[in-house]
Amino acid sequence: MAGTEITSAEYIKHHLTNLTFGYHPDAGWGMAHTAQEAAEMGFNAIHLDSIGWSVGLIALFAFYFRRAAQRATAGIPGALQNGVEMIIDFVNENVRGSFSGKNDLVAPLALTIFCWVFLMNLMDLVPVDLLPWLFSLVGVHYMKVVPSTDPNVTFALALGVFALILFYSIRIKGVGGFVGELTGMPFQTDNLLLKPVFMLVNLVLEGVNLIAKPISLSLRLFGNMYAGEMIFILIALMYSGGWLIGIFGGALQFVWAVFHILVVTLQAFIFMTLTIVYLDMAHAEHH
Amino acid sequence: MNINLTLVAQLIAFAAFVWFTLRFIWPPLMNAMNERRAKIADGLAAAEQGQQAQAQAQQEVEAVLQQARVQAAEIKSNAEKEATQIVDQARAKGRAEAERQLAAAQAEIAQETNKAREGLRAKVAELVVAGAEKILRKEVNLQTHQAMLNRVAQQIQAG
Repeated sequence: MAGTEITSAEYIKHHLTNLTFGYHPDAGWGMAHTAQEAAEMGFNAIHLDSIGWSVGLIALFAFYFRRAAQRATAGIPGALQNGVEMIIDFVNENVRGSFSGKNDLVAPLALTIFCWVFLMNLMDLVPVDLLPWLFSLVGVHYMKVVPSTDPNVTFALALGVFALILFYSIRIKGVGGFVGELTGMPFQTDNLLLKPVFMLVNLVLEGVNLIAKPISLSLRLFGNMYAGEMIFILIALMYSGGWLIGIFGGALQFVWAVFHILVVTLQAFIFMTLTIVYLDMAHAEHH
Repeated sequence: MNINLTLVAQLIAFAAFVWFTLRFIWPPLMNAMNERRAKIADGLAAAEQGQQAQAQAQQEVEAVLQQARVQAAEIKSNAEKEATQIVDQARAKGRAEAERQLAAAQAEIAQETNKAREGLRAKVAELVVAGAEKILRKEVNLQTHQAMLNRVAQQIQAG
């Protein structure tokens, strides 16, 4: 809603502000009324829109998949079971292809991640002004509907995966084995003097390698979705530039949305596949 | 772009829903799919088995039919043999009976002829005696010529 009273910059900024509830140093607990207030809250704040949409979407997933699971029959499957089984089979194939160890957690984890990221990304295809406008009618002024454009959400997913990587690395290889893996490669020597130096270098290299996993995982998703959302917002700005530019904007939005279908699916797939691969590496004794 | 408690909340939700999927979604669906896979495999195996059984039954039917055919031919040839035997027997019996009856008839005829001949002889002897009696009534004394007359009668009877 690019009204006459707000500039393009304000419109964009408005769209990129989360509905924030938190502790403000001056006003105490409460809703943030501006982006600046939200920033001043620091860590003691929560994005109600990101959490609401992401939990709502995963609950939708859980509801339908649970229903399918409850009515699951080995006989002729219904339409819901058919669709659910297609996704399950797809995830299962990927897990079996990339994950060589034996761990019953990986496949359900991959399924949850794939569906969740896909659903969150899918919110990007909802016209950018529709939901914020609907919420503004009931007095909610900030509404970011794509949870995966919130780094909190993507980092949380990546940190969850990272925790599992650390957990299984230590569980499978032991603390010594894991540390050995971090310090014993890629440089190796039998020279006792050089060995500590090499181990330090190895630790730095492998440490960066390890830390890069969750960061790349979350930033890739966040960056793609944030950029996609930004393009949608910029296209939406064209609707306020007269009917000619508006029609052109409509065409652009359609094209970008079609392209975004690919991005939405691809990012969900990449997140899932990398999770599987990272956990496979955590399970591998030697690599 | 603020990192805040959202991250913690999202992390908790993540753990909760992964647990939910692990516990309530994945196993039943996977079980159903595996069960169906097993069912289909069983069905295919059963179908193949059925086909094999059918082929075997076909073979058995063929064998039984063959046997029945052989048996029928045997029965037929036996029956034919027996029939000719019966006909031959009947024919032989008939011929024997005919011969027997013929012989009996011939014997009877011979008997009758003899009887007739005897009768005739006796009559002739009587007639001769009677004739001779008539002729000789006067000259012939029955008592004196009795021996001669008897001799004549005997000769006729014997002749």
